[in-house]
Amino acid sequence: MATAITAEGLSKQYRIGELQSAYGTLRDSLAAGARRFVRREHRQHYEEIWALRDVSFEVVEGEVLGVIGRNGAGKSTLLKILTRITTPTNGNVTIRGRVGSLLEVGTGFHPELTGRENVYLNGSVLGMKNREIQRRFDEIVEFAGVGQFIDTPVKRYSSGMSVRLAFAVAAHLEPEILLVDEVLAVGDAEFQRRCLGRMEDISLTGRTVIFVSHNMQALTQLCDRAIWLDKGEVVLDGPSPDVVARYLQSGFGTGAVRKWRDLESAPGDDLVRLRWVRATQDGVPADATDVRRPIGIEIAFTVLRRGEPVFPKIKVFDARGDVAFNAMDTSPRWDEPSPPGDYVSTAWIPGNFLNEGLSTVHVQVCTLGAPQLRPHATADIIAFHVQDPGEGDSARGGFIGQWKGVVRPLLEWTTEER
Amino acid sequence: MSQTKLEPPAQAVPPTQPGAEPADRSDRVVVIRPDPRWPHLDAGELWHYRELLFRLAWRDIAVRYKQTSIGVTWAILQPFVTMVVFTLVFGKFAEFPSKGVPYPIFTYSALLPWTYFASAVAISSASLVANKALVTKVYFPRVLLPIAGVSVPALDFLLAFVVLAGMMVWFAVWPSLAILLAPLFLFMGLVSALGVGLFLSAVNVRYRDVPYAIPFLMQIWLYFSGVVYAITALPEHYQWILALNPMTAVINGFQWGVIGTEPPGLGKTLVSVAAASFFFVGGLWYFRRSEPRFADTI
Repeated sequence: MATAITAEGLSKQYRIGELQSAYGTLRDSLAAGARRFVRREHRQHYEEIWALRDVSFEVVEGEVLGVIGRNGAGKSTLLKILTRITTPTNGNVTIRGRVGSLLEVGTGFHPELTGRENVYLNGSVLGMKNREIQRRFDEIVEFAGVGQFIDTPVKRYSSGMSVRLAFAVAAHLEPEILLVDEVLAVGDAEFQRRCLGRMEDISLTGRTVIFVSHNMQALTQLCDRAIWLDKGEVVLDGPSPDVVARYLQSGFGTGAVRKWRDLESAPGDDLVRLRWVRATQDGVPADATDVRRPIGIEIAFTVLRRGEPVFPKIKVFDARGDVAFNAMDTSPRWDEPSPPGDYVSTAWIPGNFLNEGLSTVHVQVCTLGAPQLRPHATADIIAFHVQDPGEGDSARGGFIGQWKGVVRPLLEWTTEER
Repeated sequence: MSQTKLEPPAQAVPPTQPGAEPADRSDRVVVIRPDPRWPHLDAGELWHYRELLFRLAWRDIAVRYKQTSIGVTWAILQPFVTMVVFTLVFGKFAEFPSKGVPYPIFTYSALLPWTYFASAVAISSASLVANKALVTKVYFPRVLLPIAGVSVPALDFLLAFVVLAGMMVWFAVWPSLAILLAPLFLFMGLVSALGVGLFLSAVNVRYRDVPYAIPFLMQIWLYFSGVVYAITALPEHYQWILALNPMTAVINGFQWGVIGTEPPGLGKTLVSVAAASFFFVGGLWYFRRSEPRFADTI
């Protein structure tokens, strides 16, 4: 199969000064120049950072590639190079086919121009030919649902209308290679959902897609393969479920176990510090848990001195990053200040409760300083997957399709004939 | 370790446009490389993007006089009122030389190319920063922005030219055969404006002093371009020095054809052509050299 993208040894260097003071005035430069001249100083040495470092990969035609990594890992820089907004410092990329991206939605819209004029302008900006826009014009207007307002200046549109129109243009670009940065995608949840939907459509028509996301569920669902970037370098490149799993368990914290080397470096303050946090099932740490059985979130912490009363608390997120629920230990044992010492508290998430997929947990040891919770120690997320072995005794029964929802309780049903 | 694999949606979502084939199956292969050491103008790429150039120029023209109460009348009013003031101050009070042509028509015919030049420089210099959203989000050859910028005031020029034709009838001043060369002189004005615009637009990405400097620069430049007095009335050696300013040849050559004043002289015209080419090549070189960093610094 033909390759769509070949990147060889891509590197991008930024000077810190350049990024921070995006632009100065001539006076500043002249003044700095004069100072250097008078004091015979050398040119100010910029601090340099590598946003990308020796990144190589290939994407074959029709492949859907996911890119993951935490903020600042170089994902956006990579997309900027692929869209040719910026050039690499070293290395090169060969791209076969037209590149479109959903990060450009609405760029080039001019408020004084009418919807019609803006469709043509925006289309050209995104690289469409005039006759192509002409041919697609009616479809675009229909998709956007702006109908009779097409000859009204865009400044009179509601923001929803102009976003719809802009998206309609971008969605009809028909690129051979589509770049999607979900992290940068502006707009509400509905709009992001449409972006994802459009991406799915495009990938199903056999086109090449590069998808940057923090949404691990969507990523594993949509991408065949994933690349994990960290500090500008490729850490892992392989089938997306494997890469996502390794990413989540990596040292940066998302995995079923999080341990701190010593008490000093652990999260906390002079009152309480965390020692470790982990997700377990049947007494052992579990990255993958069975949906039917309870999951224990174990929180080990040390109370350093007698002070205010503290208690543990967890916040559980679903794969989309929405809070599934909050829970805290309300037992009376935490009403009085705890004596200094080591504690391990376990929060039991019942079986047949969380839905399948990735769950992440945020742990705190807090004080109740009414009306707010005052955290003393906060842990980065730990993560585990909930899965259904499909033996027919869960809430799923014999159903094998996608099961929506944050929770998945096994309810008791009663049926009478009456 | 095992991983939760979500089932794909029950049925495949049909593509939104049934039967849609990529219209322009561009088998263009693009190789993205580090910044070249020696910048060059990629003419093939500019040709590929020609429709966008027209679209950008058209947008700027369409937007130019929107929500103004007298609209395109500004294009005529500006040079006309300036002409009246110059005629009073320089023509009547100071008695500047106009080489036998009625002063109003002399200065107005000079103001046309000059006003074009000054607006072209101003618009193209601001073009990159004014289109920041485009520059940071979409790829296209950035030179299109200053080029579109210099094409915008051409419409103003044409409108003001209609008034010039009326004045010529009024003052009974007739064009010479050299009017056939006038487009070439005007083109030289465009090339000079583009050169300056390319340079200043790239400087403006880094230093936002440019918008403050331009009115000042243009004010001074005007006095050395033969707008308020006839260059040909100056001592010869000054004429040669001023020929380094391409606008002297542009204005003088335009007037030669349109109102039949003295020709600018071949030697001096060639000096101006060389100067205009220098502006253009220098501006383009600086622009292309700074181009790769525009999106990072703008």
